[in-house]
Amino acid sequence: MAYPESMMGSIKRLEATREKRIEQQIPRLSLAEREALLKRYHPDYREGVKREIQVGVNRGENIPNELADLFEGESMVDVDHFDLSNPKYEADVLVVGGGGGGATASIFAREKGAKVILATKLRIGDSNTIMAEGGIQAATSEYDSPALHYLDTMGGGGFHNHPELVRALAHDAPLMLDWLTQLGVMFDRRPDGEYLTSFAGGQCRRRVHSAADYSGLEMMRVLRDELFAREIEILEFTSAIELVLDESGRCAGAIFLNLDTREQFLVKAKTVILATGGIGRIHIQNFPTTNHYGATADGLVIANRAGAKMVFLDATQFHPTGTAYPEQILGLLVSEAFRGWSAHLVNGGGERFINELETRDITSSAVIREVTGRKRGIETPTGMVGVWLDTPLVDIVKGVGTINRIFPHLFHRFKSFGIDITQFPVLVYPTQHYQNGGIEIDINGESTVENLFVAGEASGGVHGRNRLGGNSLLDIFVFGRRAGITAALRSKEINSRRLTLQHVREYHDALKELGIGKKLKAPLILPDYRFERALTRVHQ
Amino acid sequence: MSRKSKSSEKGLTEKNRLVPIYIFGKRYEVPENLTIQKAMEYVGYQFVRNCGCRGGICGSCVTEYRTPGSYKLKIVLACQAVVEPEMQLTQIQFVPSHKEAYDLDILRGDDSVLVKVYPELLRCVQCNTCTRVCPQEIDVMSYIAAAMRGDIKEVAQLSFECIMCGTCASKCPAELSQHQIALLARRIYGRYILLPSQNLQRRIREIEEGKYESVLDTLVKLDTEGLKDIYSQREQEPQDTSGWKPQNEDFPGDQLT
Repeated sequence: MAYPESMMGSIKRLEATREKRIEQQIPRLSLAEREALLKRYHPDYREGVKREIQVGVNRGENIPNELADLFEGESMVDVDHFDLSNPKYEADVLVVGGGGGGATASIFAREKGAKVILATKLRIGDSNTIMAEGGIQAATSEYDSPALHYLDTMGGGGFHNHPELVRALAHDAPLMLDWLTQLGVMFDRRPDGEYLTSFAGGQCRRRVHSAADYSGLEMMRVLRDELFAREIEILEFTSAIELVLDESGRCAGAIFLNLDTREQFLVKAKTVILATGGIGRIHIQNFPTTNHYGATADGLVIANRAGAKMVFLDATQFHPTGTAYPEQILGLLVSEAFRGWSAHLVNGGGERFINELETRDITSSAVIREVTGRKRGIETPTGMVGVWLDTPLVDIVKGVGTINRIFPHLFHRFKSFGIDITQFPVLVYPTQHYQNGGIEIDINGESTVENLFVAGEASGGVHGRNRLGGNSLLDIFVFGRRAGITAALRSKEINSRRLTLQHVREYHDALKELGIGKKLKAPLILPDYRFERALTRVHQ
Repeated sequence: MSRKSKSSEKGLTEKNRLVPIYIFGKRYEVPENLTIQKAMEYVGYQFVRNCGCRGGICGSCVTEYRTPGSYKLKIVLACQAVVEPEMQLTQIQFVPSHKEAYDLDILRGDDSVLVKVYPELLRCVQCNTCTRVCPQEIDVMSYIAAAMRGDIKEVAQLSFECIMCGTCASKCPAELSQHQIALLARRIYGRYILLPSQNLQRRIREIEEGKYESVLDTLVKLDTEGLKDIYSQREQEPQDTSGWKPQNEDFPGDQLT
C-alpha cells in the first residue's frame, strides 16, 4: 500500500470531493488579504528568529539567526601570514560557482575574449540550478508581454523589487530563452515548434517554459558541455573562503581551499563574479530544504567581509510543496508545475483552502495556517503533519499520461518508495527553497564593491521579498550574461595592483571589540550531518 | 516540518532496528530504513565527493553493492535507495569519459553526425550491460542502437532522463561513453530538429525594434501605489486557454499613456 492505514481516511475524503473541487473557483486574495496572511503565518514574521548585524557595511540589517552566526564567524585564512604575492592562477575574470549563473557568466566573458577561470566547491553543475524542476519564465505567447512579466514579478516581490533589475529581467527573458534553444536545450514543444508553457503562482499569463520536470538539469547539461567546448579552465572541489581587494578597495581575486588536499591558494583576477547560490543547507528555523548539498551561504559571508551591501536578507522563500512523506525524501521539491497543471492543495477534510496559483509566500502561509492554525493537516505515523497535493487530478483534468510526460522525475522518485502519484496524492509541507535577497547589484550585476559582480541566487533586489516560480532559472541567465560581459570588458581597463586582506583584519577587529561571535569559522563550506544529526528530519 | 512534539524529532529511528552493512568492506550497524547516504552519515562520514543534490538528479552518489547469496551487482543512487541488511557497498568518485569538443553552429543535424564525432559508437557489441547498470533505468543500449542508425530524435528522447553519472561508460566492454554521445544527440535535436517557435521569433523582433521600451520605462518610474493599481487590473488567463483572448490587448500600455 502506498500510505499507512492511518492516512487512508483522509485520502478517501480527498477522492470524494474531487469532482466538486474541479468546478470550484477560489478567487485570488486582495493585496490587503495577502499582507494579513503573511504577517500571521509566514515564517519570516516569527518572533526571535532574526537579529541585527552589528559590524561591517551591513550593520543594522536584520537577518536570520543562522546567517548572522556565519556573518559573525572568523576567516579560515591566516590573515597575517597568507602570501598575497604568489598567486597560483591569474585570470581576467574569476567566476566563483559552477551552477547556471557561473556557467553563463563564464561563457559570455570568454566570448568577449577574457581569460576565465571558473572555480566551484563541488563538481561543475552541482547547484540548485540542476534541481529546478518547473522551468523558466519568458513572455513569449501572443497575449503576453515583458510589461506583464514586469508587473507579475513586482507584485510577487511585494513591490519591493528594484525596478531597473526587474526591467532587465523581463526585457531579456525571451532573448535568453532563444539563446538556450540555440544551444540545443530540449524544451517541451508542440508539434508546430511552439513552446508548451504552464503557469506558476502569481502569473497572469502562462509563461513557464519547461523541459519536463528536469528543466534545470537539462539546461545545466548543455551549459557544462558548452563550457568544455570553449576551453574554460574549471577548478572543481575548490571552495572560495575569502575575497581579496586591492589598495583602493576594488575586488582583485579570491583565496580558495582545495577540498581534496586542504591547500589554500590565491587566484588573482581583474574582476570577480560570485555565483555561489543559496543558503538552504544552513537550515533557517530548522526547516528542511530543497537545496543542494553545497548551498551554505559562502558567497554572502565573504562578500559581506569585503564590504558588499546586501538587501532583503531577511526574506526567505519557503516552497509550499516540499515532500512531507516518506521521510527518506523529506523536503524533496514537488514542482509548482503540478499546481500549474491544475493539481489542488487539499486539507484533511478533503477541502481546498487557497487558490493554488497564489505566489509562494502566500501559498506556504496558507498551508501553515491549515496545519498549525486550523489543525486540518494530515498526520503521518511518526508525527509529521502536512496537506495533500492532489496529483492524480492532473491526469484526470489534462488526460491520462500527462503526469508521466511532464513529471517523469517526480514519478520515479515516488515510485521507488511505493507511491504511484498518478493514483495517490503527495503529502507536502513548506520547505526552505530560496534566498529572496542577497548581494545588491546594478543592472550589469555589479555589487557595491567595484569589480565584484554577482549573478543568480547570491544576488538580491531582482525578486524583492518573494520570487516567482520560473524567475530564478531566468535570473541566472539574464544576470549571468550581463555580469560576464561587463566583467570581461572591465578587465581590459585594469592594470596590476597590490593585493590586501586588510578588510578581513578590520572585520575581525570589529567583532573582537564588540565581543560577539561564537568563534565559528566561516564560510561553512559543507553542512555536517554526521552521527545523530543524520536521524533528524531537518537534514534530509 | 510541522512537529507534534520534540520527542518525535527522531522519527526515522522510532521502532526501527539496526542492521549491519559493509561500507568499503567495513562493518557498521545502521537504522534499517535510512537511505544509504544517510546511513553513511550516521556512521560518521562527512561527504565531500559522492554527494550533490541529495534528490536523485545530480548523479554524484552512484553506489554499487551486493547482498549475500546473490551474484547480482546492484547499482543505485545512495540518496534514493534504502540500506539492505548485510549489503557490501562501494562508491565511485569519478568516471573518466571520452568527450569531444564541438561547435554546435558548425555541426549539423544529419544522421551521420554522431558517428562522425564519436566513431567508437560502432564498437558496441549489444551486450546490454549499459541498460542493466543504469540507475535511472534508461534503455541505454536501445539509444546506442538508434545512434548507430543515425536516429537522433530517438536517442534524444530515450536518453532524456540521463543524469550523466557515467555508470554506463564505466562498465562498457566496448569502451563507449554513452552519456556523452546522448548529450550531443539531445543538443542537435533541440537545436536543429525541433521546429523554431514563431511566437518567440516575433517577440524577439518586437524587443529588438524597441516596442516595449517606453511602457517598461513608464512602469519603472511609477510609484508603488500607482503600480499596485495597475497590478490589480491585470486580466487573468484561465487554466483552459483554448480560444481565450484578453478583453484589453493593449494592457498595461493603454493605462499608462
